[in-house]
Amino acid sequence: MTRYVLRFVALGYLAALLIVPVGLVVQRAFADGLDAFWAAITTPEALHALYLTILIALIAVPANTVFGILCALAIVRRRFRGHGLVNSVVDLPLALSPVVVGLALVLVYGRKGWWGGWLDEQGIQVIFALPGMVLATIFVSLPFVVREVVPVLREIGDEQEEAASTLGASPWQTFWRVTLPAIRWGVAYGVVLTTARALGEFGAVSVVSGRIAGRTETMTLHVEERFQSFDLTAAYASSVVLAVLAVTTLLAMTLLRREEAN
Amino acid sequence: MAIEVRDVTKRFGDFTALDGVSVDVESGSLTALLGPSGSGKSTLLRVIAGLEEPDAGAVYISGEEATGVSPQKRGVGFVFQHYAAFKHMTVWDNVAFGLAIRKRPRTEIHGRVTKLLDLVQLNGLSKRYPSQLSGGQRQRMALARALAVEPKVLLLDEPFGALDARVRKELRAWLRRLHEEVHVTTIFVTHDQEEAMELSDQIVLMNQGRVEQIGGARDLYDRPANEFVMSFIGPVSEFGEELVRPHDFEVRREPNGSASPATVERVVHLGFEVRADLALDDGRAVWVQMTRDEAEALELEQGASVFLGPRG
Repeated sequence: MTRYVLRFVALGYLAALLIVPVGLVVQRAFADGLDAFWAAITTPEALHALYLTILIALIAVPANTVFGILCALAIVRRRFRGHGLVNSVVDLPLALSPVVVGLALVLVYGRKGWWGGWLDEQGIQVIFALPGMVLATIFVSLPFVVREVVPVLREIGDEQEEAASTLGASPWQTFWRVTLPAIRWGVAYGVVLTTARALGEFGAVSVVSGRIAGRTETMTLHVEERFQSFDLTAAYASSVVLAVLAVTTLLAMTLLRREEAN
Repeated sequence: MAIEVRDVTKRFGDFTALDGVSVDVESGSLTALLGPSGSGKSTLLRVIAGLEEPDAGAVYISGEEATGVSPQKRGVGFVFQHYAAFKHMTVWDNVAFGLAIRKRPRTEIHGRVTKLLDLVQLNGLSKRYPSQLSGGQRQRMALARALAVEPKVLLLDEPFGALDARVRKELRAWLRRLHEEVHVTTIFVTHDQEEAMELSDQIVLMNQGRVEQIGGARDLYDRPANEFVMSFIGPVSEFGEELVRPHDFEVRREPNGSASPATVERVVHLGFEVRADLALDDGRAVWVQMTRDEAEALELEQGASVFLGPRG
């Protein structure tokens, strides 16, 4: 009996919060027919937004993957001053509201900010341009690879690495041939989570982008902009595109899990 | 000398793991580092391998100073208690690792790995992954992997510690034979005195970061340098203030000068060996060991009165 109650509560919760709303979005996106849907997602603004979202993810995800692995290695394998500080600072993006992240970046890189003036003189625009959006995305999606890799590194211990070094492997060879293969599933999960976060980011990017349609608008910003302009079909259509990207990442994760189990 | 350790000290925070340790190991010998846990024996092995940097002192391998040289360049083979197998590689790739790192030609790698897998009797299992092997097989694989790069010295850190008693015994005998075949200078760490005595040419007995005595199994047993060595190597029985080997008592039925009177409390028959718990007249307990024939000649049984004293 309790089993059925539990199942009912869990499903009801998921349905009310997730399945029904997302289902409705999909239904509304196609309410005016396939042609209207297609037209909405192929406007120059929508296509540019999709391009920008993917471009930002393609820069932010590799950057956070490399940094995440290095950071995890530093946290687990090295004893240094400020060890605990690094370990907690890594989690900051999880705790900090993305809007605050965006504002902080404006304070540093904005035209009147810390460095912004100097960068502007060099002809580099960060805020209201791609670099700022990439920085914001990197910031908010920073912890995932670190958090996935740290426990795996702890679990495998350092004996395999020590064995490799006594067998004549340099630190570099040890990393490529022993450490990286051993942590590959942790890295893969981290990459999937980072990607999902990068694709879905709204708050921080919204602040630093200036939201110029067709120039500095990502998919999430485009959805909101269309929504504010009462172009609901386009808002729902672009939401569906985002949802498809998200589901693809989730599928990748599920496939990885299955692969790892073998 | 294959290995010389000179006045090595190593601290971990407040804990002194090694306190001025000096050891010489002859080429081609099999040496045991023996001691209770926390005695510093594993740390000493790791210092020789270069996996730990000593705070003071020096290590020489084949006459060359090795202190400060990375483990990568020391030419030592190291076998870990928990195997440290590369889990994502097959048995074959594990054994070939050191040769692949050195970019040796394929044919050479093939020949050498085949030979080593034969030597450790794993030739049929080369395509398996470590997770598909038993503990004993994994340890033999780790040994083949260490031997593949023709190390100047082979270091084994409690190599049989994680195995069950039967496999342990088998591997011990097998390691002894292997050493006779390969003849590489070998040091192994153990806390099991029987293992040390059975396998090694030389035992380095350690306690609390210091070397208590270095010598052959018989030296340590017959001429222990101090009470620690005596009680760690082989059984002891307390007789007054003295430590006496339980088989070094003279037990009689009649009084004999200085012999102390005692009563037999319990007799345990262990086949060839007989153990007896005795109570001296002042109440203190002593245990003695003798052969079955000696016990029969004495008609040793519970409640019997005897007289005993240390032999010789």
